[in-house]
Amino acid sequence: MTEKKKDEILYDHNHDGIDRRGFLKCMAWAGTGTLCVIQGGVLKSFALDRNSDPGGAAAKGELSFVQLSDSHMGFNKPANTDVAATFQAAIDKVNGLATPPEFLLHTGDISHLSKPEEFDAVDQMLKNTGKKTFFVPGEHDMLNDDGKQFMERYGKGSKGSGWYSFDKKGVHFVGLVNVMNLKAGGLGSLGHEQIEWLEDDVKHLKSSTPIVVFAHIPLWSVYPEWGWGTEDSAQALAYLKKFGSVTVLNGHIHQIMQKVEGNVTFHTAASTAFPQPEPGKAPSPGPMKVPAEQLRSYLGVTNVNYVQGQHALAVVDSKLG
Amino acid sequence: MKIRVSIARLAVPVLTAAILLFGAAKSSMVVKAQQAPAASMEVKIDNFSFGPAAITVPVGTTVTWINRDDIPHTVVSDDKVFKSKVLDTDEKFSYTFSKPGTYPYFCSVHPKMTGKVVVQ
Repeated sequence: MTEKKKDEILYDHNHDGIDRRGFLKCMAWAGTGTLCVIQGGVLKSFALDRNSDPGGAAAKGELSFVQLSDSHMGFNKPANTDVAATFQAAIDKVNGLATPPEFLLHTGDISHLSKPEEFDAVDQMLKNTGKKTFFVPGEHDMLNDDGKQFMERYGKGSKGSGWYSFDKKGVHFVGLVNVMNLKAGGLGSLGHEQIEWLEDDVKHLKSSTPIVVFAHIPLWSVYPEWGWGTEDSAQALAYLKKFGSVTVLNGHIHQIMQKVEGNVTFHTAASTAFPQPEPGKAPSPGPMKVPAEQLRSYLGVTNVNYVQGQHALAVVDSKLG
Repeated sequence: MKIRVSIARLAVPVLTAAILLFGAAKSSMVVKAQQAPAASMEVKIDNFSFGPAAITVPVGTTVTWINRDDIPHTVVSDDKVFKSKVLDTDEKFSYTFSKPGTYPYFCSVHPKMTGKVVVQ
């Protein structure tokens, strides 16, 4: 049984035809699997369950892709003794989407200990999607070799420690690396060279170009006490101020969190391996043990839809179980 | 002249004896130091922290970090004096501090984790 809800614009404080409060309300439903699409200024939401068809013409965006994150291949402690099985469940979820994604983004911590066999396992399993995956590294992917392996495997055509950009259907994607050269007591860090490259990279784009930035550690200050933030992200975001739609996709914290600030929508994905506690709710940000039958409800993938001509991208999270 | 010669003659054996005695004394001192066990200290890594976070040790101490956390960590000196490989649960890293000084360090995977070794 499909259910279609319709919300007209109720609040338009910025006078730009975007009902942010309605959008935020809709995004709050995202945990239950709701697709929010802005079409012609009107916010529409569709329940995303097995029987509904959000891939129908009314909801189909021009571009659809999936974000996976924090697979930690190689982790085998009580929080999840089989991360390969849950990663496979995530892939099955991707393959089962009504609207197949055009490609995947992996926002890092692909491996747990930067071991070749861990990267190999992830690559092998991703082959089953039949889609290309774009990667950015997490700190777990840079162990022992300062990211040499990561660069060899996933960094072709990238600059510096692995940053790059590409375009799909008029959307400009930017992959950033904020896990290199971390300083004692510090947060994630982009570095001067990368930030200057970003300025140059987006300089000539029209302000109507939708931008998607993806990086491992959150680019906003989620919880600095646990290192959940990037010390120089403000500079980078300043270079994106002119754009009408910026979507920032991150991982690292192993839970879904979102924030809208002006034209920027920040979103962090769940891990496919294990959850972590909410900020300050535990003595440390390590793997959080949950009852075995609940584990998959804490893990997930993120589906993103873009409807050409509209402002924000629709970001939808689905749990693994 | 006879006196000078005799003093000179005495000087050599006296000097030799002095050298031998000093040498012997030195060797016995060295032997004593070798008999005392070299100092060692353990730092446990758990719950995203080094425990104890700040330690003071004598020169020559070998500090061993052992990871008891369920997530990997590293031990990296701020001033690039020492750097461990990634340590998974139950893995160890040791470093012998042969020079006095203050050695702040952190975990390069979780840079909020910091510690300090003071060597006196």
